[in-house]
Amino acid sequence: MAAEDLELSAALVPDAAGRQPVLAARDLHKAYGRVVAMDGADFDLYPGEILGVIGDNGAGKSSMIAALAGAVRPDSGEIWLAGEQVRFANPMEARAKGIETVFQTLAMAPALTIVDNLFLGREYRKPGFRGRWLRALDRGRMRAEARKHLSELGLATIQNIDQVVETLSGGQRQGVAVARACAFGSRVIILDEPTAALGVKESRKVLDLILDVRRRGISVVLISHNMPHVFEIADRVHIHRLGRRIAQVRPDQISMSDAVAIMTGAMPPPTDDDQGRT
Amino acid sequence: MSKRSWLACGAAIATLCLGVSTAQAQDDILVGLITKTDTNPFFVKMREGASEKAKELGVKFQAFAGKFDGDNDTQVQAVENLIAAGAKGILIVASDTKAIVPTIQKARDAGLLVIALDTPLEPMDAAQATFATDNFHAGELIGEWARRSMGDEAASKAHVAFIDAHESQPTVDVARDQGFMKGFGIDIKDPARRGDEDDARIVGHEMGEGSEVGGRNGMETLLQKNFDVNVVYTINEPTAAGAWEALKAAGKADGSVLVTSVDGGCPGVKNVADGVIGATSMQFPLLMASLGVEAIVEHAKNGTVPAPSEGLTFTNTGVKLVTDKPVEGLESITSEEALKICWG
Amino acid sequence: MSSDDTPHFSEHAGPGRRVINFLHGNPTIIPFLVLVIGLAIFSLIVGKRFFHPFNLSLVLQQVTVIGMLALAQTLIILTAGIDLSVGAIMVLSSVAMGQMALTLGLPPEIALLAGIAVGAACGALNGLLITWLRLPPFIVTLGTWSIFNAFVQFWSGGQTIRQQEIAADAAILQWTGTALQLGAWRLTLGSVLMLGLAGLLWYMLNRTAYGRHIYAVGNDPEAARLSGISTRRVLFSVYLIAGAICGLAGWVLIGRIGAVSPLGGGSANLDSITAVVIGGTSLFGGRGSILGTLIGALIVGFFRNGLALAGLDVLWQEFSIGCLIIMAVGFDQWLRRISN
Repeated sequence: MAAEDLELSAALVPDAAGRQPVLAARDLHKAYGRVVAMDGADFDLYPGEILGVIGDNGAGKSSMIAALAGAVRPDSGEIWLAGEQVRFANPMEARAKGIETVFQTLAMAPALTIVDNLFLGREYRKPGFRGRWLRALDRGRMRAEARKHLSELGLATIQNIDQVVETLSGGQRQGVAVARACAFGSRVIILDEPTAALGVKESRKVLDLILDVRRRGISVVLISHNMPHVFEIADRVHIHRLGRRIAQVRPDQISMSDAVAIMTGAMPPPTDDDQGRT
Repeated sequence: MSKRSWLACGAAIATLCLGVSTAQAQDDILVGLITKTDTNPFFVKMREGASEKAKELGVKFQAFAGKFDGDNDTQVQAVENLIAAGAKGILIVASDTKAIVPTIQKARDAGLLVIALDTPLEPMDAAQATFATDNFHAGELIGEWARRSMGDEAASKAHVAFIDAHESQPTVDVARDQGFMKGFGIDIKDPARRGDEDDARIVGHEMGEGSEVGGRNGMETLLQKNFDVNVVYTINEPTAAGAWEALKAAGKADGSVLVTSVDGGCPGVKNVADGVIGATSMQFPLLMASLGVEAIVEHAKNGTVPAPSEGLTFTNTGVKLVTDKPVEGLESITSEEALKICWG
Repeated sequence: MSSDDTPHFSEHAGPGRRVINFLHGNPTIIPFLVLVIGLAIFSLIVGKRFFHPFNLSLVLQQVTVIGMLALAQTLIILTAGIDLSVGAIMVLSSVAMGQMALTLGLPPEIALLAGIAVGAACGALNGLLITWLRLPPFIVTLGTWSIFNAFVQFWSGGQTIRQQEIAADAAILQWTGTALQLGAWRLTLGSVLMLGLAGLLWYMLNRTAYGRHIYAVGNDPEAARLSGISTRRVLFSVYLIAGAICGLAGWVLIGRIGAVSPLGGGSANLDSITAVVIGGTSLFGGRGSILGTLIGALIVGFFRNGLALAGLDVLWQEFSIGCLIIMAVGFDQWLRRISN
């Protein structure tokens, strides 16, 4: 690493167990004309944790997440993935490095099957002549892997993986989207409002699903407006306000209403410097 | 700009307009031609004939056409455009002979002379004059030819297939169809309507829309209805060419089926020479168009309206029977002779 | 954590739900049933004249040209687009072939390939205007329909090249009209070509990633984009391929009518859309199949043929086709609505 990198990565603070963040950002700036989306935003995600990200509408958290996922290029600032500095030109590059995003709209084509959606854009082709020249899809392999990924996440009871996605319930669709995010060797999964469109029972299932994902060693960024959900499963909470991170807190050390107050600016952020580390 | 400059500009423009309008008032006669489509060589020839005559007489000429056979809307707009452009007269081959009438009336009210070409309007006097082939007579000629060619069998063993143009029964379609039937000896009942006949020799009517594809499809369907078809009437030569392909595919292209048509286009005449078409009635679209232009110029100069041919309600531009298998008692010309005067 | 805590989504679908799910996955069943029922009814009414291999194969020949255009149209409609210029492209390609072989004197094989290339070029123009200028397909192809028709007029001079001239100098252009006798069934090489093309397209749509991408772009372009698919490239290529297919259809047209004619093709675009829609492909994109389109074309052909043989007036053919279209679209809408 260059001397510059070394100096800046010294700014990356290890957690209590001494591990470096798996995904981090420092001093991100982004402006759209006169509108400032990111004003020196920082970000830390440690391995194997669920990080809740909360912030009011217009606080700029979507821009920051978009930058981390490669959908937006920051005007300035640095991003590190597993200690290595990265610069993403598009979401595909981020995906290639192991950052998967589950968008609010799920980004699944409703008329296509679960298998089709799982592998959309990264289909497997049959080996040899049939794959190279006839460009034949290896449907058997894709179906087998789809079934494997679904059952790993406890979604085995979706009987027919050749079912089209629009016949699934909201929670099932969310499950398939999460399974897709986990399926390709990802290190980080970003979930954007996963329970926003779901009822109580299905939200419960999705939350359990997220815990399962963490159990598999994948770090999770959970963006949500639903405070009870965030406080239930997040290990730490990143509070975003006015284009930057103003606090990192632990749900067991602060009340929900205080967190909301900090988020809206009604209450100043805590002054202690432990950054909510475990 | 100063006030004086504005005034100067205004004066200049006013003079220009005055000059242009007076120039217009003198002898800038505009003649318009509106055909059904501009793809059918029949109409292409008409346009050529009209354009040449207009150049010869030193008048302006504009041509319009519908997008397809049956496209009334485009023709309505063309009439309106010509009225707005100050045309002195309109020559029109109407796609929908009834629906165009109100618009024609507008043109007449605006002082234009409207002449129907080839296809009479319904009612015929909606146009001040009609220059057309006697389509009924054209059909009669080929019907007669077919009857005489079959001889005694025409009354007993004939199975006649009809491939017309449109379901909506435009005048030219009905006239030729009914003319053929009369010539062939079928009781046509109401000559203004097609389909009210009950002669057992009629296999059926199919609509081919005047194209080869329609001719083929129509012929196939009629063969399915009765494989023993031995006489075919087609509305025009492209239809006949398509019908021939179907006959060929059915193994009936051996001369056992008499194929008749109307038009007299050069491809059609060549088909007579090749034995595809047995007989066709030749029309003279160039004559129709040039006579029409002349009539409009005459009317613009001294208000005369063209008079119809004797005994008819329209000006007959003539029809000739073209066949290489002439029959006794029916005047005809051979395909070789016809090639010299054909169009397209 | 114990295994009871692993999340699972229960799936107790009632019989009604299961039928709906089945229809979702196999929407082609409905047009297939309509075809079978139609064949049965006409066989009863008309009798052996209808349900005879000769007549059935005749209908296949009659729907071949429109069927090929419908195959091209299927690809485009799957991407939630539409192409009103398919008929014009077909006629322009056939005129190009004829004029190049007979007027310009090129070797017939070259003229044939060049004619198909003309079709592909027309498709590429459509694709460019739609992806680059981002204009709606309906508007673009409405315009190119007129433009291509103008070229037809210009290039042919309104003249038809007769069957005899083609047979003499460029017989290969009529090759698709050659008949094949298989027992009592009579096919043309053109029909065989169409069926072969249908098979190829089926393979492309169902067994390759590109096919999946076509469906995805039509069904949810945003999802496709977020999955790394270049929607512009997919759309452009679809229109290009469709144009080439229309060029092939021009070749089949010459085989059918023997001549190269600037007439015809007038309502071919709407006829192709009719076949696609009746075959169960959704105009909203992302749903449909090649098999459905073939069935749709056959349905139209058999209804026309059956009603004509039954002695009914031509207007009943138009009426029944109209009803079929509305039923097909209505059914598609119903399927979509109950899934939400």
